[in-house]
Amino acid sequence: MNRDHISDLPDHLSDSNQRAEMATLGMWIFLTTEVLFFGALFLAFTIYRHKYSADFVAASDHLNVWLGGLNTFILLTSSFFVALAVAAAHAGNRKRTNWHLCATVILAVIFLGIKAIEYHQDFTEKLIPGRHFNVSGTDSSAIAHQQLFFCFYFIMTGIHAFHMIAGTGVMAWMIMKNLRTKEDPMTQTDRIRVESIGLYWHFVDIVWVFLLPLLYLTGLERL
Amino acid sequence: MKFSTLLSVYIGLVLLLALSLGMAFMPLHGSLKLVVGLAVAAAKATLIVWFFMHVRYQSGLIRVFAAAGGFWLLLMFVLTAVDYLTR
Repeated sequence: MNRDHISDLPDHLSDSNQRAEMATLGMWIFLTTEVLFFGALFLAFTIYRHKYSADFVAASDHLNVWLGGLNTFILLTSSFFVALAVAAAHAGNRKRTNWHLCATVILAVIFLGIKAIEYHQDFTEKLIPGRHFNVSGTDSSAIAHQQLFFCFYFIMTGIHAFHMIAGTGVMAWMIMKNLRTKEDPMTQTDRIRVESIGLYWHFVDIVWVFLLPLLYLTGLERL
Repeated sequence: MKFSTLLSVYIGLVLLLALSLGMAFMPLHGSLKLVVGLAVAAAKATLIVWFFMHVRYQSGLIRVFAAAGGFWLLLMFVLTAVDYLTR
């Protein structure tokens, strides 16, 4: 393979196609570790959901389905924009890539804002596990099980939000970098970076897509 | 990927979301609601992985690694379920 024209290719790679493939593979390996990470939480939740189903359904009723649904819509839209950013990067259009990344970041911030509003509502309704936890009912074990639901809710959505903050930070960095180099043509490195953050972002979206039915949608039916 | 393809996938995802929310308000039995809810979530995830994450265009090597996480999850959930459901 003729590597003369590629100046910055490391020795262990034979051509730039392999470089792109290895970057994608590396990101997928990382995402697999993230699947392990979230998977354990989902498994623990599922076990208790099965064991204390009535109490978990009653606890889920306290969550705002409309805010959960709105946040899902926002996150799906942000995934759409990240996919557009990747397409723009493939076309070598740095400006368009940047605009799409900006749209993604804005939507991410809106998501986090709505999450903060939800957490605040949960705080005022005394749903945060701990000394002040209070739901209606007199059966102490049912109340304990509802508190367990909210432990899962805060930990899972909290860790998800942390992943979103990290991803948003990386995208903000990329946006700044793009602004500084806006006259330069896009290199393969630029393209690989956008693809990688795209993969990460879609994964975070998929986690939320599963959190929605488990946490929000199995409450009792009322509008 | 063409803009029209990405847009179609996005619209599909939004429709699936509408289905999720609509179903949540239907008087279904609890565990059925959960199963259908998760099935719709799996459909959304499949669309995201196949199209948005470009697995549609990737080599077998990437596809195997992409599937590995899901395969491991399947093992973990099935074996745990076998334990709990036979107690």
